[in-house]
Amino acid sequence: MTSETAGTAVPAASSEGIGASVARREDRRFLLGKGRYTDDVRLPEQSWAVFVRSPHAHAAIRSLDAARALAAPGVLAVLTGDDVAADGLGGIPCGWQIKNKDGSNMVEPPHPALAQGKVRHAGDPVAMVVAKTRVQAREAAKLVDVDYQPLPAVAHLRAAATAGASGGPVPLVWDEAPGNVCFDWHLGDAAAVDAAFAAADRVVAIDVVNNRVAPNAIEPRAANGHYDPAEDRYTLYTTSQNPHLTRLLLAAFTLKVPEHKLRVVAPDVGGGFGSKIFHYAEELLVLWASRRVGRPVKWTAERSESFLSDAHGRDHVSHAELALDAGGKFLALRVRTLANLGAYLSTFAPAIPTYLYATLLSGPYAIPAIYAEVKALFTNTVPVDAVRGAGRPEASYLLERLVDKAARETGADRVELRRRNFIRPDQFPYQTAVALQYDTGDYDATLELALAAIDYPHLAERKAASRAKGKLRGFGISTYLEACGIAPSALVGALGARAGLYEAATVRVHPTGSVSVFTGSHSHGQGHETTFAQLVADRLGVPLASVEVVHGDTDRIPFGMGTYGSRSAAVGGSAIVKAMDKIVDKGKKIAAHLLEASVADVEFEGGKFRVAGTDREKAFGEVAFAAYVPHNYPIETVEPGLEDSAFYDPKNFTFPAGCHAVEVEVDPETGVVEVAGVAIADDVGVVINPMIVDGQAHGGLAHGIGQALFEECVYDDAGQLLSGSFMTYCMPRAADLPMFHVGNHATPCTHNPLGIKGVGEVGAIGVPPAVINAVLDALEPLGVADIDMPATPERVWRAITAASGGGK
Amino acid sequence: MATIALTVNERAHVVDVEPRTLLVELLRERLRLTGTHVGCDTSQCGACTVWVDGKSVKSCTMLAVEAEGAAVTTIEGLAAAGPGEPSLHPMQAAFNACHGLQCGFCTPGMVMSAAELVRRHPDPSEGEVRHWLEGNLCRCTGYHNIVRAVLAAAAAMRAGDGAGTGAPGVRP
Repeated sequence: MTSETAGTAVPAASSEGIGASVARREDRRFLLGKGRYTDDVRLPEQSWAVFVRSPHAHAAIRSLDAARALAAPGVLAVLTGDDVAADGLGGIPCGWQIKNKDGSNMVEPPHPALAQGKVRHAGDPVAMVVAKTRVQAREAAKLVDVDYQPLPAVAHLRAAATAGASGGPVPLVWDEAPGNVCFDWHLGDAAAVDAAFAAADRVVAIDVVNNRVAPNAIEPRAANGHYDPAEDRYTLYTTSQNPHLTRLLLAAFTLKVPEHKLRVVAPDVGGGFGSKIFHYAEELLVLWASRRVGRPVKWTAERSESFLSDAHGRDHVSHAELALDAGGKFLALRVRTLANLGAYLSTFAPAIPTYLYATLLSGPYAIPAIYAEVKALFTNTVPVDAVRGAGRPEASYLLERLVDKAARETGADRVELRRRNFIRPDQFPYQTAVALQYDTGDYDATLELALAAIDYPHLAERKAASRAKGKLRGFGISTYLEACGIAPSALVGALGARAGLYEAATVRVHPTGSVSVFTGSHSHGQGHETTFAQLVADRLGVPLASVEVVHGDTDRIPFGMGTYGSRSAAVGGSAIVKAMDKIVDKGKKIAAHLLEASVADVEFEGGKFRVAGTDREKAFGEVAFAAYVPHNYPIETVEPGLEDSAFYDPKNFTFPAGCHAVEVEVDPETGVVEVAGVAIADDVGVVINPMIVDGQAHGGLAHGIGQALFEECVYDDAGQLLSGSFMTYCMPRAADLPMFHVGNHATPCTHNPLGIKGVGEVGAIGVPPAVINAVLDALEPLGVADIDMPATPERVWRAITAASGGGK
Repeated sequence: MATIALTVNERAHVVDVEPRTLLVELLRERLRLTGTHVGCDTSQCGACTVWVDGKSVKSCTMLAVEAEGAAVTTIEGLAAAGPGEPSLHPMQAAFNACHGLQCGFCTPGMVMSAAELVRRHPDPSEGEVRHWLEGNLCRCTGYHNIVRAVLAAAAAMRAGDGAGTGAPGVRP
């Protein structure tokens, strides 16, 4: 199958503007090996840091002796939690506060940059060794003597919520969090849901586990800190999706040095997938250590260290019930979820299982009443936070598994049941029972596109063909919806966010008409250097080659909130458009003067300012030149120069949706699941660059298929991560995946200037339930009714064996 | 310390290295050829793939001293060097044309590995490309456009477009 984008509402594309599949401008440096990633940056007098991390999931630190390490060759410093405390460094803050059902605040324990007194997960940093070379730091780290007293640990949700494996008392991660509860939160109308259930003809229930995953950007996290005593100024190179947010947290909470003394640079960043949003201790510590040792200090994670220090994702256990009437209409949904937060609260952690999860439980369906309860627990594991999708995959997985089960139990057709319950195009704007108001969508359209693309009408023939060769073919769909383009600042503030979620942009038109765009969004694979330049080419009519897009440096870009939640085009792009609008407005005033016309009569299109209805015009470059050489210029009313900035605060979330259809072929002898076909149709709003948008969908699909079939962070009961390397954590590889068929049907977003919704996460959100629904469809003839992700060969084989009454 | 002589991208080097130094450490830290990346510590991800005497090798899994006398080609040496801007190898050009890269971190290893595949098997099937690239992880692209790029590069190289199939100085 091939990739294609069809049926969009996008206006006809110029060769470089909105809608054009322009090849990426950033590729050349990456293809020539000239990318500059954080670990590539070497500063004069560079020194290196290695962290000593706890081997225990939970232990008291009886003593720490650094003497041997300090005496090792090349060692400049060995820093500990005591040093962190003595120097008054702040703890790593949490950026979101959730209220309990009773209105009280969540438990928010301290998060020191280096452990103080206790370690709370395997990988918790205990000491930092700084040496003149990387090898010397690594060798010396082995010489730090830490005397641990191991304590009972808890790693799994059910154990954390109930009792230890032996039935004894539950180990407490934090004394101040009884029952390990961080918060016990709810959303929706419980009474309305109870009433609907009482009146329902059918109730369908499901238990699902959303498996814990590691983000695994291929570039490991790294940080290089430099304190310059001459200027009393700090520079941090870091693998970040949002350098300004990192600077803000360093200034306000951790390093406690004001913003003007801090420069944060996120140069080329090798993928993020959420894990590089957060402010991590290592970023603070390399800056602090640099001041102490008088040299720049660099740290780069090894992969096994990434598994123990990058925030993980997902890890939910849920029970849900759907009430239906006799005609198959959804009446109400009731959900109870346990969410694992790990040992400490990462930057966005509390928002993920609440406002990015429970608010999505209506999906694309009209469900009159919904009630969700979420209990979030601490465990002795790596902190859990956003990973591609962040809450929304958990919601879509639960809902789409439940809808399939409802179809099976009520004898309805799974496609027809979905169609019957979709919010119809004439119902927009649609207020859900869980706080969100969807602006627009057409869920039937994407469903039909995906079904046609995967050739659903001929499924039976393909099933028969598979059967003939001893295989079981299954088909599954997911009609998902997500919320992205986060988010209105006032709204998220009311929901507990401690930051605003606008985006900033500066557009600088140079005297000869070339343009520099300074964006607060950060590109770490998304292709902003191309797509944002396309916005400029489209709006200002300048050639792409005359546009430069600058990102990732707090000294060059006034401000920004960064890239996550599929927000760059919808929010960051809108800020650029808003700044360009100001440029055009000013340009019209200058042009009116030059053309001796009234401002109201001047139009701007295709790079020309023109007096309406005439052929009198000035090119964009002429106006730019006049702005900087204001000899003949309306100087009394218009300032020289042509540069403007804008902050764009979104009015609502955006709501991408679509249908992901999957066919799998299962080998009943081995349990191996082969992904035989994937066809998706997404409504991501207006598309700037179809080639890049398709690429985002492909990557998300691989990520989602990885979660469904291969990936899992497996902890043992003692809190040791058993899948802590690429040897044991199964990443999807080229041979595991087919070509993807990507279709698109746009209903433009109604509340941002570009009509964009967002595409970065749709694959990871939409496809996991489609894969599992397909696996269960394949296994239905064998009597298998349930399976958890990842559907590994072992798990599938065991399910088949159990269903056939065989051994365990 | 051991003294080794090798050529890297056609330049001769004589360097003193500790016996435990990995080839990738020599390339990145000593020779400052930072196009070769390190994405894991278990020889799984393939971001560090280079050519040693024309064969793709994970440079995190080879000691620098093992490269004594060898001709090493890194991503920096793949494009045809000439006056002015280097012209892309057909594999590099195809990765750009087919959007076979996003963050760019796995790309050097992916390109080096794929270029060797096409040199050995000028007309690979989609399945052969996917199988060959098993030792290279990408988190961004879902491999879809990488596979398209490799097939497109193979076609271009069969048709004789572009700069040829091997970097200069590579022994066949």
